[in-house]
Amino acid sequence: MSDYRHLKDRIAVVGVGNTAYGNFPDKDDYGLGAEAFRNAIEDCGLEKDKVDGLLVCRIPYYARMGEILGLSPRWTITLPPHGRMSAMGIIEAAAALDAGLCDYAALIYANIGRSRRVNYGGDESPGIWDPFGFTSPGAAHAMMFQQHRALYGTTTRQLAEVSVAFRHHACLNPDAVMKQPITIDDHEAARPIVEPLRLLDYCLINDGAVCLILTTKERARDLKKQPILISGIGGREAYGTASISNYDPECWYNQAQDVAKQVYGMAGVGPSDIDTLMCYDNFSPTVLFSLEGLGFCGRGESGSFVEGGTLKLGGKLPTNTDGGHLSNSYMQGWGLNAEAVRQLRGECGARQVEGAEVAQFCLITPCSRSIIYTKG
Amino acid sequence: MDTPLPAKPRPKIDPVNRGFWENCAKGILSVQRCEDCGDLHFPPSPVCPRCLSSRQSWVPVSGRGTLKSWVRFHRAYWDSFRADLPYLVCLVTLEEGPLMISNFMGDVPAEPLIGAPVEVVFDRIDDELTLPKFRLRG
Repeated sequence: MSDYRHLKDRIAVVGVGNTAYGNFPDKDDYGLGAEAFRNAIEDCGLEKDKVDGLLVCRIPYYARMGEILGLSPRWTITLPPHGRMSAMGIIEAAAALDAGLCDYAALIYANIGRSRRVNYGGDESPGIWDPFGFTSPGAAHAMMFQQHRALYGTTTRQLAEVSVAFRHHACLNPDAVMKQPITIDDHEAARPIVEPLRLLDYCLINDGAVCLILTTKERARDLKKQPILISGIGGREAYGTASISNYDPECWYNQAQDVAKQVYGMAGVGPSDIDTLMCYDNFSPTVLFSLEGLGFCGRGESGSFVEGGTLKLGGKLPTNTDGGHLSNSYMQGWGLNAEAVRQLRGECGARQVEGAEVAQFCLITPCSRSIIYTKG
Repeated sequence: MDTPLPAKPRPKIDPVNRGFWENCAKGILSVQRCEDCGDLHFPPSPVCPRCLSSRQSWVPVSGRGTLKSWVRFHRAYWDSFRADLPYLVCLVTLEEGPLMISNFMGDVPAEPLIGAPVEVVFDRIDDELTLPKFRLRG
């Protein structure tokens, strides 16, 4: 009988690469993806032609990507351009590598939403509630945060702690889009988008690409950098209210609890062992829901938990040390996984978490996933 | 000459949801019931999400529920909603269980109270379309 936990410490991330982040109207998805791939190949020192697994996400046509990179893999997967796909893709690639379906997998994500003026609402993403004017993932998160306020007394000033901490990290990250520090008062004064959320609760929309290269632990030893192992994985979907897109009546608490049980159980660690957390932050409330669901604090306690800089470098739980989606780059989880690897390698310069040994990525959405990384 | 106001988005009527909208036009709020296991669900589904039966029908509900949450839009994702800004959207838990997104009608305080009792009212848009909306009760 097979058990997913046998994947513990079997697969390593060996290469990470990204492009610059910003507004690049003269580039396209493929050009950005190719640049990230080239950087990841340089990062790990792998001979390019050894890549025999290709996963693309938010890239229109996998075969065109393969043509551009001169690859003819024996394993290919395309994932849709949804934010929730990053860890799902990494876990699929890990399983494929373990099964021997490929030896070296390149996972390439590109996003050109800024240049294409993507809105994430209205006629771009039709839904059954459009006649009532209800649209956009941000509105769904506003609905959930409103419940959280009412149930637990969470305040928007507490929510602001998330945005303020991540902006602080972005200011320490040379690649980040946002460079100006913000305060809790700035958050409170920002223009409302869908109340109770304001502009600074929303992720960026920018162009860029990320590439991760994965292989088995054995093969990883022959490459340039210290391998970073996948030590735990967990997943659970919440499709019960998929028609209210990006909304869960319990703020994904139950699914996140299940993910926590899987990922911590497999890795043999708990929330108190996590040196740095990379937390999917499409909207700031997602971070609060993630902290509760994974057990970093009790249910309903995330507001007070994040107060006073808990998530900042030097705080109890340095989170999204690259600035996250709110302030670094909207790479839909892929950039955060790259950051987890770089933290464990000790490559993060001014934003390095000293002595980081265990990093966790989590993505609490209708498809919740978490990965725990450790040093190989 | 005045430019006509852009039309708001309308429901896309299909064989699965047609019964709901026909009932709304008659002033009846309904949800889908599975004829085999009795499960009540909304939005409608071609098969019962609990037992997978294809035998689904529309049954009237009380029209009463509680306010699960609400938001206030300050951004118009459609030009047709621009004149309404800022506007409220509510999320209601019907007495029978299903969730429904809608708008308020009638008097609403600046900060509607989550958990407040609500009841359906029908907003006739034109001959073809009536939208179910909610007012605060009591």
